[in-house]
Amino acid sequence: MSNPPYAPRDRDWHPPAFHEPYRSSHLRSPQQKLLKMPQSASELSGPVFGHELIGELDADLIHNFAASGAAAIGQRTIVHGRVLDENGRGVPNCLVEVWQANAGGRYRHKKEGYIAALDPNFGGCGRFITKEDGSYSFHTIKPGAYPWPNGPNDWRPAHIHFSLFGHAFAQRLITQMYFEGDPLIDLCPIVGSIPSRDAVDRLIAPLDMDATVPMDARAYRFDIVLRGRDATLFEHEREGM
Amino acid sequence: MDLLKESPSQTAGPYVHIGCVPNFAEVTGVYPADLGQTIAGAQAKGQRITVKGRVIDGAGAPLLDAMVEVWQADANGTYAGQDGADPNVSGFGRMAGDQDTGVFEIATIKPGSIGADHAPHLTLWIVARGINTGLHTRMYFADEPLNVGDPVLLAAGGRAQTLVAHRDDAGEFVFDIHLQGPTETVFLDV
Repeated sequence: MSNPPYAPRDRDWHPPAFHEPYRSSHLRSPQQKLLKMPQSASELSGPVFGHELIGELDADLIHNFAASGAAAIGQRTIVHGRVLDENGRGVPNCLVEVWQANAGGRYRHKKEGYIAALDPNFGGCGRFITKEDGSYSFHTIKPGAYPWPNGPNDWRPAHIHFSLFGHAFAQRLITQMYFEGDPLIDLCPIVGSIPSRDAVDRLIAPLDMDATVPMDARAYRFDIVLRGRDATLFEHEREGM
Repeated sequence: MDLLKESPSQTAGPYVHIGCVPNFAEVTGVYPADLGQTIAGAQAKGQRITVKGRVIDGAGAPLLDAMVEVWQADANGTYAGQDGADPNVSGFGRMAGDQDTGVFEIATIKPGSIGADHAPHLTLWIVARGINTGLHTRMYFADEPLNVGDPVLLAAGGRAQTLVAHRDDAGEFVFDIHLQGPTETVFLDV
């Protein structure tokens, strides 16, 4: 075998399918155990996206939907970090897509009913491909918190959705980034679906003053970890070579 | 060796389309086209097929906010990026359901067997509001003799039929994904 398989997903680390306080999970959570299977080419391969896919403004949510000469309203923010695998290696050439609400907590979506105003200059999506060391950076405005129909008075903390491809379909991941210091994080039933505080902390981006641009934009650092190859087999294979 | 932990999954939420297929979500002018709209181009080799399906919740209602991704091999069982792959097959598709009926449609070619006893299949990944971690599954073809020896279908045992699409009277394959209930689809821990 040229490459060892990916190490199994730690299902006790990820949210369970059913989480009672998150109402939408009630009818959408599989009840049967997932079927374990050996990985084949179907899981060990995945779509490849080239840098030519990325347009000039794709990683700038402040401007990529705005009228010419205009900009989205909100706190100018840089989000940056690295995409790594569980073995600590940077994941290069990884397509990352992000989406979020505007500064008032409103999504640009026809089924969105929150009374906060739309920003005519904010669309809410962006994308980029990681560099050779797995690093990335994009510009946006800090999204607002918003209420949602779940319990009688639930509010989502400010968050950005992240979709990542990695190099294999087995690595496919969608998650959310939260902002350090937001008191709504501890009250959120979706965050609360994550079993441990340790795991929640991996999704909270700290303010990064070193990357802040003076008189321009604050920066938050968010490293994302995708599944890695089974390290035991990897070492074994090297010894055998 | 100190291993890092995978970032925990969170639901894609009800507005996944803004991020993944923004033109479908009417966030236009940012990307020229949505990703995954062509799995197999017009020049792709192989038998052209259409699959129609829904993602159905535990109350029997189709999800209107799901996104289904497809990853498949070409007609020879080779994946894009591998040596000898059909250059007209990207193998990757992204489907949003119809906003009233939830029906999604996959227009592609039937993949070949990837070998190692695997019968031809589409690899599927399903995300939506209420799904905390994206769900992996496979879709197989009812008229395929290799199904009898496929390791995933064998492992699925009495539930294997939940992974098999059947042709309707129009010759299109029908594949509903059931999140719960007596016909709950087999989801895979890949």
